[in-house]
Amino acid sequence: MSLLGEPELTEDGEFVINIGPQHPSTHGVLHLKVWLDGETIKKVQPHLGYIHRSIEKMSESLSYRNFIFATSRMDYLSAHINNEACALTVEKGLGIEAPPRAQAIRILMAELTRLSSHQLWWGCMGLDLGAVSPFFYGFRERESIMEVMEETCGARLTQNYMVPGGIMYDIHPNFQNRVKNVLKQIKENFKEYDDLLTGNVIFEGRTKGVGYLSPEDAISYGCTGPTARGSGVSCDVRKWFPYDGYDKLQFNEILETGGDCYARYMVRMAEMRQSVRIIEQMIDNIPEGDFQTKTKAVLKLPKGEFYQRVETARGELGVYIVSDGAASPYRIKYRSPNFSNLSALEHMAKGAKIGDLVAIMATIDLVIPDVDR
Amino acid sequence: MTTEELKLSVATLFPAATFDETGEFLNVMVNLPEFRNVMKTLRHNSELSFDSLFCLTCIDWKTHLMMVYHMISKQHRHVLVIKVKLDNTVKPEIETVCDIWKTANFHEREVFDLFGVNFKNHPDMRRIMLDDNWDGFPLRKNYVDENMISL
Amino acid sequence: MSLLLTIGFGPLATAIHNWVTASISNATGALATEMVIVGISLLLFLVPLCFFLGYMERRVAGFMQMRLGPNRVGPQGTLQIVADTVKLLLKEGLTPDASDKFLFNLAPIIVVVTSMLVLAPIAFAKDFQIWDISIGVLYMASVSSISVIGILMAGWSSNNKYSLLGAMRSGAQIVSYELSVGLSLITIVIFTGSLRMSDIVNSQADGWWIIKGHIPAIISFVIFVIASTAEINRAPFDLAEAEQELTAGFHTEYSGMKFAMFLLAEYINLFIVSAVAATLFLGGWMPFHIGHWEMFNHIMDFIPSSIWFMSKTFLIIFIIMQFRWTFPRLRVDQLLNLEWKYLLPISMFNILLVTVCAIMGWYF
Repeated sequence: MSLLGEPELTEDGEFVINIGPQHPSTHGVLHLKVWLDGETIKKVQPHLGYIHRSIEKMSESLSYRNFIFATSRMDYLSAHINNEACALTVEKGLGIEAPPRAQAIRILMAELTRLSSHQLWWGCMGLDLGAVSPFFYGFRERESIMEVMEETCGARLTQNYMVPGGIMYDIHPNFQNRVKNVLKQIKENFKEYDDLLTGNVIFEGRTKGVGYLSPEDAISYGCTGPTARGSGVSCDVRKWFPYDGYDKLQFNEILETGGDCYARYMVRMAEMRQSVRIIEQMIDNIPEGDFQTKTKAVLKLPKGEFYQRVETARGELGVYIVSDGAASPYRIKYRSPNFSNLSALEHMAKGAKIGDLVAIMATIDLVIPDVDR
Repeated sequence: MTTEELKLSVATLFPAATFDETGEFLNVMVNLPEFRNVMKTLRHNSELSFDSLFCLTCIDWKTHLMMVYHMISKQHRHVLVIKVKLDNTVKPEIETVCDIWKTANFHEREVFDLFGVNFKNHPDMRRIMLDDNWDGFPLRKNYVDENMISL
Repeated sequence: MSLLLTIGFGPLATAIHNWVTASISNATGALATEMVIVGISLLLFLVPLCFFLGYMERRVAGFMQMRLGPNRVGPQGTLQIVADTVKLLLKEGLTPDASDKFLFNLAPIIVVVTSMLVLAPIAFAKDFQIWDISIGVLYMASVSSISVIGILMAGWSSNNKYSLLGAMRSGAQIVSYELSVGLSLITIVIFTGSLRMSDIVNSQADGWWIIKGHIPAIISFVIFVIASTAEINRAPFDLAEAEQELTAGFHTEYSGMKFAMFLLAEYINLFIVSAVAATLFLGGWMPFHIGHWEMFNHIMDFIPSSIWFMSKTFLIIFIIMQFRWTFPRLRVDQLLNLEWKYLLPISMFNILLVTVCAIMGWYF
């Protein structure tokens, strides 16, 4: 018996299977080569690049207004936040700042994105562990957020709403009312989330003590976002390096010390509540005024290097622009959260079962285009 | 530590390093031979203790390549950028740092894949994104892809 | 109403039997004719049953997931499953090139035949049973375990690593959980003193065993439902399929009608397991009787026995379906831990308990 000409067993008697690139639980085209001893994982080797589009190279020939749109396609679940990061970097280069109204709307949009991303993650997390129903419950609230997005930004998934100097156009008149309705609905339904999954015995058995990541390893592997905060590593960019006026808001950075899948799960569950808290503070206090600073038609960044980071739903996204003074970036680097988080997968999955691998991947919350770029 | 203090302590540790303060962070230019030693010291020196390497990339300046390492200390909350100039653009080589920061493993493979910089002593120096028998290094400025469609 | 009672399924079966033996003098020929009749009526019963279970599962899933489920094809979507069956029938039944073709094609047949065999001793209504074999419970427990061979065969012959893993998981799982299923069946056998299905049902004329047998019967009922859910590979114990881990486990490579046969077997097994639970613990076709309340018992008798049997069975099917749409899946080591560290010791203790109860007469 052989597949693709490979021997069935390695010399050490290990069984090699390829999980992906087409697999129900890799959430995209991730390819993991897994060495198994029975059901126990000996080694995991991620093979990337199935959706590598070289966005960094593309951006080198795009203007400072255009390259932002490519980033919506990176981490498509946090498109707003990706755009925000790019807009902020360009603003940093130009030495301007978005008007207060634009900043407030940016925060609202970013937090709505975070909420919807975490809801999708929650549904998929349940699905990955074999419970199908959470998927539909997670999508219920996500759908109402998507409708708000659609009304204001004109798109549901790859919104291109943030531009250098502010936002592209003002919010829809219904925006505030609809967001309030969504918040009401979400707050009522948080209880359902907990009832369906959080307290379940099987769920706790599947996640507690699985995929342990120590704080030292989390830092060393460059993990950020809920993946690192589940290990007790403080890394919330919104607190460490506030942007767009996050420093004026009341919210907590969620830290869990478990370091296992359950801790990462709890971090995201609590983060949803923090996002709701942030939106509640902002929704009635959107300042009046311009939604965009006046900028030149052709943007040119001065010669130099600019680095800006933001907190996406998955962790720290860094945008590093090297400018030679031309109308398009000389070199652009996206330090994507998933790329670093994925590198810790092998460490976490060693010695676990196949079922655990799925749970670990679910709690890292991988978005493959963000890994491959 | 403020930028001034940071500059002072780095300067005392490595007299050969040169500084550039035009950007947001303190940039330190390091020579290739003492690079690995610098990185080890930055990681393990208790005053500096840069425990997180959050960005590792390369810039192609046509005449030379420039490795850029962004690092932060979670403990002291200071950021430092280390830059290393690689003059050999045909076969650029540099020591790996992936035993100092594990995150460098993937990032160095990415730089190898897209810039062709070879990292000495890296445990798994293969292409990470592209096909194993891909020709050329896409992020180099002299890379030409005859199949590329201009937008 | 009275007409319906007199023409129950039992008298109908007797009438057919008398008619066949009267018209065919040769005893062997009569038996063969009866077997053909039984086979045809079984198929006529099973196919609509599986259609209904498939439809029910989708509607239950829809109900639990805030959606409608099938509602376009036919009234209330009832014909959706027919459309799907036609699709499966028309699909090409692929056989992978590197597979063991004989075993690959044999496996789904074994799985379906096994589950149909188990139907034999089940009493569907009063005096309406295919084969009232004297070792009914033992027969079911032993025949149902053949299905593991079919699953192992399917997984092995597919020449697919995921299938093989799924088959191995399934082997470990079914063999383990059979112990608990068997031990919980024995509880009722100890109370009744007979392995014959009709005896077991008749012994519940003054109350169902789950009430009469109180604590030990309830314990074994719960264990039976859990262990048999595991034995028929349904979520949360569907490790052999485990879509998110093994894509589709042992039937990854199957398509078309061969795949449909696994699906058919799954639903027949679901029905059987529920029917057995209903027969042993909830009285089978026996109406709800309370001791010597003659008046009450008489009123209950007006409801036909087949309706009693089906409603009990479908109640348990509904419960098992709810499991599937609520719980996450267990991991393989947790699955075996549950059996060997919890269910089996509890079952063993329960046997002791039930024996004491039976000897001392501590039941109603």
